[in-house]
Amino acid sequence: MFVLVEMTDTVRIPPWQFERKLNESIAEELNKKLANKVVYNVGLCICLYDITKLEDSYIFPGDGASHTKVHFRYVVFHPFLDEILIGQIKSCSQDGVHVSIGFFDDIVIPPESLQQPAKFDEAEQVWVWEYETEEGAHDLYMDIGEEIRFRVVDETFVDTSPTGPSSAEASTSNATEEVQKKEAPYTLVVTMCINFYSLVSVVVYSVSEIAPLSQGTDCFKLTMKQSQNERSGKGEKQSFSCGCSVF
Amino acid sequence: MEVKDANAALLSNFEVYQLLTDLKQQRKESGKTKQSSGQQNLNTIMYETLKYISKTPCRYQSPEIVREFLVAMKDHKLTKAEKLQLLNHRPVTAVEIQLMVEESEERLTEEQIESLLQTVTTILPGDPEEQHRDSAMATEDKDKALL
Repeated sequence: MFVLVEMTDTVRIPPWQFERKLNESIAEELNKKLANKVVYNVGLCICLYDITKLEDSYIFPGDGASHTKVHFRYVVFHPFLDEILIGQIKSCSQDGVHVSIGFFDDIVIPPESLQQPAKFDEAEQVWVWEYETEEGAHDLYMDIGEEIRFRVVDETFVDTSPTGPSSAEASTSNATEEVQKKEAPYTLVVTMCINFYSLVSVVVYSVSEIAPLSQGTDCFKLTMKQSQNERSGKGEKQSFSCGCSVF
Repeated sequence: MEVKDANAALLSNFEVYQLLTDLKQQRKESGKTKQSSGQQNLNTIMYETLKYISKTPCRYQSPEIVREFLVAMKDHKLTKAEKLQLLNHRPVTAVEIQLMVEESEERLTEEQIESLLQTVTTILPGDPEEQHRDSAMATEDKDKALL
């Protein structure tokens, strides 16, 4: 989930901070500059790991501050392709399920990547997985706040640096054109479908009772109940009986 | 600013957890002499990341446990990414292993998957409360079966 990125930068220390230790001032400046920010094609920066090299500090004419070239390593959130992560469903909309990990929210599951068949329930604004078994369809709702596992399929970096002033024709009728679309600088596209296994919930059943079905046959009736704390559907406990032969 | 190497090393959740708790300790000790406006971003990201990692099994790990785990993993011939995922998630079921290990049906037999699960659950500590609960339930079920 996290990687170490080696970077280089020139850090400016203003004169009123000269009394502090250089390492501390530089660490603080770097964190101030990079923490919680997305660097293009690198990822979401978390915090400074260490400073590997400090070059000589220079003071330039006209500016009383010192400038130091620093080589450092930074902890960055950048999941690799096909990595499995656990997150919580933040919201559902027509264009997919939005998942969040707390410190990073721009994770989206497009409708194609949900287990088929899945449909969007307009009334409750949630995606529903219609799980077919011989007994009938179970609707597994993807409720808000539910913890799910997902696999990273794709990532998109958008350069959100400010663009220059547009040409002269934009000076007229500016009021309507001022709508700036806030694009997320770093988005993850993920999926929940892998092989035949659902990543939403792993339901484990344990046998609580075995009783012979009828005289003279080898058939037994097994009563099973959910043994682990995994959710299936809207949090109801499902228990069912099925018959099978014991070999 | 220049990025020299965007992928210098992979970090496990445990290492990031340690780093952030040490940093938090340091900042608490040095007192509130810093201007909060610039530090707000760092505070936010530290708080959220710590909150997330504290809910994973990495909370109970230590450097020795990680080393022991990696040594035990040597025989199973897994890639670095797979070992990292096993370390971060601590899978307890075969389904989870099949998700994290690519083409596990071809590379690992059932016994190997079982032994992998055993190694993971014995070396990596899980949530002590849950383990307590599970062992209590196990003894309860055993008692019921004996009756």
